[in-house]
Amino acid sequence: MSAALDARLGRPWKKPPLIKRAWLRWTLAIGAVIYLILAIASIEVNWSRVWEGLDRGAAFIMSFTRPDFLTRWGDIWEGMLESVIMTVASSVVGIAISIPIGLGAARNIAPLPVYVVCRGIVALSRALQEVIVAILLVAIFGFGPLAGFLTLSFATIGFLSKLLAEDIESMDRVQAEAIRATGSSWMQWINYGVQPQVMPRLIGLSMYRLDINFRESAILGLVGAGGIGATLNTAFDRYEFDTAAAILLIIIGTVMALEYLSGVIRARVQ
Amino acid sequence: MPVATSPSGQKVWQRRTRDESLIRWAAWLVGTAIFLWCWKQISDATTWFFVWDAPAIAGDILERATPPRWSYMEKLWWPIWDTLNIATLGTLGALFLAVPVAFLAARNTTPSTRFIRPIALLIIVSTRSINSLIWALLLIAIIGPGVFAGVIAIAIRSVGFCAKLLYEAIEEIDRTQVEAVSATGASPMQVMAYGIVPQILPAFAGIAVFRWDINIRESTVLGLVGAGGIGLQLQASLNVLAWPQVSLILLVILFAVVISEWVSAKVRGAII
Repeated sequence: MSAALDARLGRPWKKPPLIKRAWLRWTLAIGAVIYLILAIASIEVNWSRVWEGLDRGAAFIMSFTRPDFLTRWGDIWEGMLESVIMTVASSVVGIAISIPIGLGAARNIAPLPVYVVCRGIVALSRALQEVIVAILLVAIFGFGPLAGFLTLSFATIGFLSKLLAEDIESMDRVQAEAIRATGSSWMQWINYGVQPQVMPRLIGLSMYRLDINFRESAILGLVGAGGIGATLNTAFDRYEFDTAAAILLIIIGTVMALEYLSGVIRARVQ
Repeated sequence: MPVATSPSGQKVWQRRTRDESLIRWAAWLVGTAIFLWCWKQISDATTWFFVWDAPAIAGDILERATPPRWSYMEKLWWPIWDTLNIATLGTLGALFLAVPVAFLAARNTTPSTRFIRPIALLIIVSTRSINSLIWALLLIAIIGPGVFAGVIAIAIRSVGFCAKLLYEAIEEIDRTQVEAVSATGASPMQVMAYGIVPQILPAFAGIAVFRWDINIRESTVLGLVGAGGIGLQLQASLNVLAWPQVSLILLVILFAVVISEWVSAKVRGAII
């Protein structure tokens, strides 16, 4: 011990490395550097185009100081209303469907076959991007808010069922057992033994999902699935940056309001 | 405890008092009415003929889409590489921007709670609330289509997410360790490097990998608006109704998402 101490005396302290094994550390570092060089080299940047665009960028940032709400107010209002409608309807339907699937995806409640099927639905819904689902549904159901509504409902199922199932799996077994000991039926057991334990979190997650659905509904219009996205796309295509700035400000404002509202509601139920 | 009396004079337990029940009933009524109104609007805007036709259309598309055209794969390697780069470089850029924003937004490290913290929070909220596709649209209008626009769109979009999680981690650090370092006479930069950074490093690495996983998903669709990556190929195939190519691209995207989720779970498991 003292020999090791003597060897260290008089020498400054050095921070221990993050990764202990030296060869692994160096392999990772060299690999990262090589990857970065290759990646950056493979990006073609047309600097003259970027330089030209800077004026337009400045014009866009300036347009935030004088957003134009009025010229296209009719279009903006229609698009926003459609986005909100899609958000509300898809959240309601998505939550309603994800509760039974969430119950089925919890291992401590559901029998194995049901569990596997429900987990499969959750995995499928989580793996598919909203925009890609929207493209397929637009191809199948035609343009309009119905495709957007179905897309958001489908995405809600994956998100909410998974988190609900995890919450149910980590619930307190004792309370549920006590209800069962009174001779309750299965429905009563779920309603009085399980539901009160997961309800606060379910409400919080639902509010959070409502918020996400609104944000997503703002882009579904890009692929023809209804909502404010189509209006925004048109505004960008026509270089009407003041209208685009107005739409973006409305989206940001709505998201902030929703986040504040969900914060208040979550604080109340928990 | 709310108790109702039945006609025979027996007392029955109830979960809620009368007023509570009435309020809940009214809330359900209003909620249902709003939902039905929303549904009516969607239904009015829908061509129901197409919807009744949908199973046939879906079957038709499925039939055209199988089997996937595997030979198209050779044209996909380069877009896949681009997609990976968009996600990785975008995440790196976002982390560079997110670190200072997070330190300015955390209550215990911000120079001024009154002026600088609200600005940092505004940056976090505004970048978070706008989707990367919209950022891409905007950047394409400004700097032209291509991978570069995609990288920047992903970077801007991720700043808010990373900074929010990071500043929450900074606010939760253990004060005593910071005090111990500053008691040795360390300069503010040294306090930062030896007192604060080691405490948030695991959270930082976790956030980085988590966001990288999300960014892989997002970068696969950025091409739809022209920002490079495999989405460009998807858009091109959709435009010419080349369904066998579409199904191949969707399979590739699905595979990429599963791989990235697996990598991110492994790395996070190793760190935390």
